[in-house]
Amino acid sequence: MRSVFEIARLTFLEARMRKMLWAIVLLGIAFLALYAIGFHLIYTDIRAHMVGGAARLLEPVNFFVLAGLYAINFLVVMLAVLTSVDTIAGEIASGAIQTIATKPLRRGAIVVGKWLGLALMLAVFTVAMCAALMLIVKLEADYTVRNPIQAIGLIVLEGLIVLTLSILGGTRLSTLTNGVVVFMLYGLAFIAGWIEQIGSMLRSEAAVNIGIAVSLLMPSEAMWKRAAYLLQPPFLRELGLDATPFGAASAPSEAMVVYAVLYTALALWIAIKEFSRRDL
Amino acid sequence: MLIETHDLRKTYGPTVAVERLTLSVGAGEVFGFLGPNGAGKTTTVKMLLGLAAPTAGQARILGRPPGDPAIMGRVGFLPEQFRFPPWITAADFLDIHGRLCGMAAAERRTRTAALLARVGLADRANSRLGEFSKGMLQRIGLAQALLNRPALVFLDEPTSGLDPLGRHEVRDLIRELRGDGVTVFLNSHFLSEVEVTCDRVAIVKRGRVVRLGALDELTRHATEIELRVAGLTPEAATGLAQWGRVVRDQESGIRGPEAGGRGQETGATEVVRIVMAVAGEDVAPALAAYLTGAGAQIYALAPRRLSLEELFMRVMQEET
Repeated sequence: MRSVFEIARLTFLEARMRKMLWAIVLLGIAFLALYAIGFHLIYTDIRAHMVGGAARLLEPVNFFVLAGLYAINFLVVMLAVLTSVDTIAGEIASGAIQTIATKPLRRGAIVVGKWLGLALMLAVFTVAMCAALMLIVKLEADYTVRNPIQAIGLIVLEGLIVLTLSILGGTRLSTLTNGVVVFMLYGLAFIAGWIEQIGSMLRSEAAVNIGIAVSLLMPSEAMWKRAAYLLQPPFLRELGLDATPFGAASAPSEAMVVYAVLYTALALWIAIKEFSRRDL
Repeated sequence: MLIETHDLRKTYGPTVAVERLTLSVGAGEVFGFLGPNGAGKTTTVKMLLGLAAPTAGQARILGRPPGDPAIMGRVGFLPEQFRFPPWITAADFLDIHGRLCGMAAAERRTRTAALLARVGLADRANSRLGEFSKGMLQRIGLAQALLNRPALVFLDEPTSGLDPLGRHEVRDLIRELRGDGVTVFLNSHFLSEVEVTCDRVAIVKRGRVVRLGALDELTRHATEIELRVAGLTPEAATGLAQWGRVVRDQESGIRGPEAGGRGQETGATEVVRIVMAVAGEDVAPALAAYLTGAGAQIYALAPRRLSLEELFMRVMQEET
């Protein structure tokens, strides 16, 4: 375990020394500031012109919460790929991995250490961004987001799925190919999520099945769909006021979440095995 | 034995990188692994370090399979293509590698300072590696390889990128390591550095070891005799084959005394220069007797051991 923590520490140190951490923190603050200003202006305007009950006011608030979290969710996926796509593939290509792999540690410790370092940074970023956004909404509109912990957990899990696949790809593919493969898989899952949602609304069993099949191949988007479903107040759904481009008409089941956790663990295990047996 | 291999083989598809390598390297030995680019030297080192899996055969270092974490703490390695993270300082770089070796903080500090001084980088401890020249990077790589006080060090082209002064320092360092009882496996195609530092040498060609032994032993069996003789008949010249192989045969441009009054017209007294590759210098007296008996006049008969470079070039020119 000592080796795992040393590699994780090295990964964190690299992110700090390369100023990646600062870039993420500063741009994250810029994102939240922009969101706060935009939400304040729009919410003030809507409240001044809103006609109807409290439920009608919740509809745009819910929309903006989901829009903001969806943007964070997308940033998390991008960060997961961009921070990890080169971490193993690049070091293999350059030969830099050779001095590390000849130290008294198992090769698996290198994979797990890098994964752990990146996963912790990704998780901290996700939690901080989501919590800050929810706090902005609470302070501005006195709106308490439903199921915040589960929703943030699911967004973190989505990031970890993408991160783990990227690390797995890096053990076999070049940096460029790895990036293309992971982004394309994410794209497939994204469009399959839409097919499933629209199929669900139109009661098309075939469309729903296609969406589920692709989700089994790449369960990342399903995590967002479930997070979005949990974030929405139930009565908005009952009143038919939940239709947003970012929300979910139906939620993937808890079994899908368990599947996603197992999927991530399996991908990491395969990454360890692949890296352990390949020539460096 | 600190390194033992038996019929070690590595192929990449149809290409054979290393073919049936069997060798052993003992404690405290400086072992030179010589060969041209593409001969399989780096692949061999990678197999010995567990970075590449052999296609066939066995290898053990420090009595364990290559790459076993139980022994890698006693192994140092300077790769041929050493890539450094440019964002890290020299001191932090060594500290990280010390941590990965499981060294305690106090020991890391002591060793880092000592090694930076040893490789001439004490005043650059806090400089980022991105600011270093190629030679300085090679020096920090050497420091990294020696950080954990290894019993066995693999140096893959350690003087690549170094100026003559740097090369000299590396040779001194290797001698120091030998003095400390450290076993060094030196991969190089710089023959002069191998010649002055190594106890034993293996010469590899297209993945095969074609010569293996102590330097003295290898060169003893690689002797040339330079002959300058006059009056050598074609039959006598053919008979030279029993003593060795004629490497060069040319007119010397010198003329001996005329024989039978014909001399210059027939060329019978032309002094020819013949260089022969022989098994050892002890054939010289018999060869002299043979030539005298055949009626030739000997102007010179000079045995000379080949340098490692000449031996290497000869081996590379041989058909396999």
